[in-house]
Amino acid sequence: MADIAVLGAGPAGLAAAVAAHRAGARVTLVDAGPRVGGQYWRHQDGDDGRGHHLWSTLCRLREVPLDFRPHHAIWHVERTGDGFVTHTSAGEITSQRLVIAAGAHDRQLPFPGWTLPGVFTAGGAQALLKGQGVAAGDRVVVAGTGPFLLPVAAGLAEAGARVLGVYEAGSPVGFARHPAAVLRNASRITEGAAYLRVLRRHGIAFHTRKTVVAAHGDDQVRAVTLGSLDRDWHVVATEDVECDTVAVGYGFTPQLEIPLQLGCDTHLDVDGSLVATADDAQRASVPGVYLAGEVCGVGGARLSLMEGELAGLHAAGVVPDKRIVRRRAALRAFATAMHRTYPVRPGWQTWLDDDTLVCRCEEVPARDVRRSVVELGATDPRAVKLLARPGMGLCQGRVCGYATACLAGPVTAAGLRDLSARPIAQPVTLGSLAEQHVEEP
Amino acid sequence: MSFLFDGKEIAADASQSIGAALIAAGYRSWHTTRHLGAPRGIFCGIGICFDCLVIVNGRPNQRACLTEARDGDEVCAQEGTGHG
Repeated sequence: MADIAVLGAGPAGLAAAVAAHRAGARVTLVDAGPRVGGQYWRHQDGDDGRGHHLWSTLCRLREVPLDFRPHHAIWHVERTGDGFVTHTSAGEITSQRLVIAAGAHDRQLPFPGWTLPGVFTAGGAQALLKGQGVAAGDRVVVAGTGPFLLPVAAGLAEAGARVLGVYEAGSPVGFARHPAAVLRNASRITEGAAYLRVLRRHGIAFHTRKTVVAAHGDDQVRAVTLGSLDRDWHVVATEDVECDTVAVGYGFTPQLEIPLQLGCDTHLDVDGSLVATADDAQRASVPGVYLAGEVCGVGGARLSLMEGELAGLHAAGVVPDKRIVRRRAALRAFATAMHRTYPVRPGWQTWLDDDTLVCRCEEVPARDVRRSVVELGATDPRAVKLLARPGMGLCQGRVCGYATACLAGPVTAAGLRDLSARPIAQPVTLGSLAEQHVEEP
Repeated sequence: MSFLFDGKEIAADASQSIGAALIAAGYRSWHTTRHLGAPRGIFCGIGICFDCLVIVNGRPNQRACLTEARDGDEVCAQEGTGHG
């Protein structure tokens, strides 16, 4: 049995595993992917780090000899008498304590045509590029909200794609209203400026209060409608642009399957995401469980590294240096300012026509979702799900959960929790269930 | 190395996913939905959305974005559930 199982090998998990290992704990690091790095440092074998940020940090962390279990997709975690059992696609892992660093995926808002091939999540376009060396398309429109759009556009442009523009639905001048948080995090601003320089070098315009409100095509996307937005994201003017690819994202949704399986407390974060509640020592409400990175609030790689280090040290029973605690506070303040600067505004719901699919898997149109609320009287996302079936398909509501919650009424933690609980977090065959065995580290 | 997609040879790099190799070869979709028969390809690219399902060596419902291509794989487009 390991002292600590760290679930997820992105910035938070890797930092946690290294900190706990250095503190003398027996650590097992688990990830579904083939190598450490997570989504942030998604890379190929032999990657020299070009186009990556904090690459030297990854190189330093991955040199530490860890018991790393790649290709272990976690589908369930349970408490036992003396610790935890983590069930994965490649066997069970037992540990006394857990650090959950499961990360996040893109948050999406539906719009007419968003199911057409050629429409990618911003993270998906980034994963293809960084992890696979493939540009998602030739003529690309990047749209949505949040600072993540910039590295996606810059990466595609550097790879030779023609980026037709970056369309930010929000109005990020709001950053000026958070001077303290911004000043304490100058490096983050410099990073954003570096991406903007890349965009300028490629002649790519950065637009605000404008986004993709419809995609058009037969068997794939051929054009998009760009909508100029008012401050609540109602469309005030439109223009059509021909393209073959769209990369779109509206922030991130933390992956809460594991904290919810364990019964950890959750709350609604500033960005409207459901997050697991961590105390100053990165402890969850369940004894023996620690949280790090996006699962306890979307905040980017630097904050994830700090939270990971703190979680790893606390899980190993070591009191961390005050400087890490202060650094975490500064980065958390910056993340909060970022979320307040890039809010999702409710006017997006007016982009949908009756036939726009809200749930891609079960192909549930907006008409059915609205009918469940307006005619059938559903008052929460769970009732909408039971009546109209959004979120009942293979992705288990990961893609449409946030949109469904918004369409059901004001977003609440309880509403999101009902759409985020997934007792089986990954598809698993009956054969592999029957073959489960305990791996003794 | 290479694999077959609906009988056509597709080149792939070592450790590249089937989905990435198909996108690089110019494909946009290889799965049709169960109800509307609508075309789908890669959307999320990280194993979340299940849009990019393919049949790999006779096994349906494999996520093309996560499944590494192996030399000589026989990959087929998937209609609906992939079970006829």
